[in-house]
Amino acid sequence: MSTHLQLDPLPATPAAETTPGLVAVAMSGGVDSSTVATVLLQQNRPIVGLTMQLWNQRRLPELQGDGPAQHRCCSLDDVYDAKRVAQHLNFPHYVVNFEEQFEARVVRPFVEQYLSGRTPIACTNCNTDVKFEPLLRMARQIGAERLATGHYARIRKNESVGRFELLRARDDSKDQSYFLWGLTQEQLSRSDFPLGELTKEEVRNVARNANLPVAEKPESMELCFVPNGNYVQFIHAYSRAEGIAVNNQEGDIVTEDGSVIGRHTGVHNYTVGQRKGLGFAAGKPVYVLSIDTQNNRIIVGEDEALRTSTFEIENVNWISIAEPTTPIHGQAKIRHKHDPAPATIDVLPNNRARITFETPQRAITPGQAAVFYNNETVLAGGWIK
Amino acid sequence: MNRIYLDHNATTAVDSAVLDAMLPYFSAEFGNASSIHTFGQRARAAVETAREQVAALLNARPQEIVFTSGGTESDNHAIFGVPLESLTSSTSSTSLTSRHIITTTIEHEAVLNACQALEVLGVAVTYLPVNREGLVSLDELRHALRPETVLITVMHANNELGTIQPLAEIGRIAAEADVYFHTDAVQSAGKIPVDVKALQLDLLSISGHKFYAPKGIGALFIKSGTRLRQLLYGGHHQRGFRPGTENVAGIVGLGKAAEFARLSLETDAARVTHFRDSLEQGILARVPDSCLNAAKAPRTPNTTNILFPGLEGEALVIALDLKGLACSTGAACSSGAVEPSHVLTAIGLPAAAARASIRFSLGRHTTESEIRAALEIIPAAVAQLRKLSPTYQKSAISG
Repeated sequence: MSTHLQLDPLPATPAAETTPGLVAVAMSGGVDSSTVATVLLQQNRPIVGLTMQLWNQRRLPELQGDGPAQHRCCSLDDVYDAKRVAQHLNFPHYVVNFEEQFEARVVRPFVEQYLSGRTPIACTNCNTDVKFEPLLRMARQIGAERLATGHYARIRKNESVGRFELLRARDDSKDQSYFLWGLTQEQLSRSDFPLGELTKEEVRNVARNANLPVAEKPESMELCFVPNGNYVQFIHAYSRAEGIAVNNQEGDIVTEDGSVIGRHTGVHNYTVGQRKGLGFAAGKPVYVLSIDTQNNRIIVGEDEALRTSTFEIENVNWISIAEPTTPIHGQAKIRHKHDPAPATIDVLPNNRARITFETPQRAITPGQAAVFYNNETVLAGGWIK
Repeated sequence: MNRIYLDHNATTAVDSAVLDAMLPYFSAEFGNASSIHTFGQRARAAVETAREQVAALLNARPQEIVFTSGGTESDNHAIFGVPLESLTSSTSSTSLTSRHIITTTIEHEAVLNACQALEVLGVAVTYLPVNREGLVSLDELRHALRPETVLITVMHANNELGTIQPLAEIGRIAAEADVYFHTDAVQSAGKIPVDVKALQLDLLSISGHKFYAPKGIGALFIKSGTRLRQLLYGGHHQRGFRPGTENVAGIVGLGKAAEFARLSLETDAARVTHFRDSLEQGILARVPDSCLNAAKAPRTPNTTNILFPGLEGEALVIALDLKGLACSTGAACSSGAVEPSHVLTAIGLPAAAARASIRFSLGRHTTESEIRAALEIIPAAVAQLRKLSPTYQKSAISG
C-alpha cells in the first residue's frame, strides 16, 4: 500500500473563480472579430479567444468538391486564421466544439422551415441559441465575465429603468441589430459589441495598423454551412442524409382568384416575392404571394398584390422596454435588406404582436424576422407568422 | 505562470540527456548511415547502438527492430503488411476478400483507420468490444477466429484509460491458432515492462515521443521470420523493410530514451503510481460526484480518467489551461475542437458522461508539489463550471 500525500484542507472559499475582467472574444477568423480582440487589448483588458467549430464540411459528402466551401466561416482555414491572429497578438485561444448544438438549433430548423414553405434566417438562431447561449455559458465557465463579438450593434444600460438597451450600429450600413433581437437582458448584460461605434473602414484600419494577418480578408456574405451558397442543393443533401421527407411533388401555380397559370416543382423551391420561373398572367409578370403547403400550391399575383400593411409576429422578445400595454409608434424592419418603415406595434396575447405599416411594404415573408425600432433603439423582435 | 503538465500520454518533453546524446548527430556526426566512408560508418555505429538499446527494452533481438517515423507508420506497416504479404505467400487464395483481421473498438486511430482502409479493399475486420473496464474478452476473441484470420492486433495499454490488455493470454491464443499477433505498445513502452517473447508477439509498434525521445521517430518490432510486406518503396535501408535515409539523430534519441526507460522503469513506475493514486484520491475526496472510469482493470501507472458529471470536459480543459494546468479530454479533431471519445463510448459511457470525462496523465518529472497544486486548482474549476451548468443538480452537492 502506498501512502498518499498529506493534503491541506480545502480553503473555505475556493481560489479565484474568475480572472477579474477576463473577456472571451468569439472569433470567426474574420476581420471583424479579430479587430474586436485588437480593440480590447488596446484597452488593456485581459482576453481569451474562442472559435466555434460549428459544422463539419465532411458531414455531407455529396456536397464536397465545391472548392469555395473551404473559404467559409466553418472551414479549417478560418479556424487557422483565428489562431494566427491570437498568436500574432499573443493571447490564449481555443477552438470549441458546438457542432451538435449548431445542427440541432440552427441547421435542422433551417431545413425544416424551408421544407414547410417558410424562409428562415439561420443567423438569428445562431446568435440567440448558440453564440449567446452555450458559448456565453462556456465563456463564463472558463472564467470569463463577459463575451465580446464582432457584431455591428451597440448595448447601452438605461440606468433609469434598469434595462439594457440594444441600439443600431453607429455605421448604419453595417448595422446587424436585425439579427440580435432574440437576446435576453441577462445575455445583453454580459455582452460587448466593441465595433458598434466604428465604421467598416475604421475596423479595417485598426486591423491594418495592428498588422493582423486577416486585415484584407474579404467578408463572407453567405450562410456558413452552405457550400457555394446553394441552399436548395444543401437542403436536398441534408434531407437525404437525415431521412427527412422532402415533398418534391409538383403542383399548381395559381392566381389569387384560383386560376391555374402553371406548375411548380415542389413548394420548397419558392420564396415569397420570387419572380423567376413563374411565367406570366394576363401578359404581366407575377410574383409569389404566398406558399400554401397544405394544398401544395404556389399563389402568385402582380407586384402590387405583394404589398401588404399588417402582419403578426410570434415569439416576441421585448428588449429595450418592457412589454407595453398600449400601441407604440416606431419603425419596423422585415428583412435584412429592408429599410425600417414607419409602423405601429400592438401587443397580442401569447407572446405575439401585430405590426401595421403606414404604407404597404413588399413581400412580408413568413419565417423571416420583424424587428421594431424607435429610431436607433431596438424595442422588440419576433418571427413573422 | 508555472504550468503543470499532466498530459504525458499526448507527448513528453525530450529528456535533457537524450537531447545531449542526439545533438552531435545533427552537424558534427552528420554522415549517412549507408555510406561506405568513415562519416557513414560513425552514423551506422550510432544507429546500431540505438537498435540494441531499443531491442533491450523490448527483449527483442536488434535485427528485429525497424526504425520508423513513429507509431502511426509502425501500425500501418504491420496492419497493411500482413494481409498484403499473405497474398503472395498463399497457395490457396490470392484475394484480400479472403483475409480476416481481429482488432478492438478502443484502438488508436492509426489502427482503426488502417483497418477501415483494408475493409474498403475487401478485408474482413472484427472489432472486439470491451467491458466497462476497457478489457477485451478472451472468449470473444476465440470465437472471432476464422480459418482466414491472418492478424490479431490488440493495443497493449489504452491512451485514454491506461487499461492494459491481457496480451500474454492473447499471445497464447494467437500462437495456438497460428495467427500473427501485433500490438500497438505506444502507450505502454517505457511505462510498464514490454517483453515480446513473454507476450508471444510477432509485431509491436512504439513511438519515441511518448517516452522522452523526440517526435517523428518510432520503431516496429518484426519477429524474425515474420512475412510482412514493406509499406514504403525505395532503397535498401534497414534490410529493405523500411527504405529512406535513417533519421540518425532521432534514432539515437530513441535508443537513449529506451535505455533510460529500461533502467528507471521500476522506480519511475512506483513513484508515478504513488502520485497518480494521490491525485485520484484527492480529487474523489474533494470533488462531489466524481468517479473513476475503468480503474479496476490493470492500468499504466501514470494514467487516470475521471468523470465529473454535469460539465463539459472541453470547458474544464480550457478552464484548467487558463489556470496553468494541462490535461485532455476526448479526441482532438483537425480544427483543435474536441470530438467525443470512441474509447469512452466503447466502455459503455453515455455521450454526456464521455464528454464530462477528463484524462490526467503523469510523467517521470511530475512532482509532489505539482500534484498538490493540481488538487487545489481542479476542485475549484469544477465547482465554477458546475455552478453555471444547466445539467448539474445543485442538490447533489449538498446531498
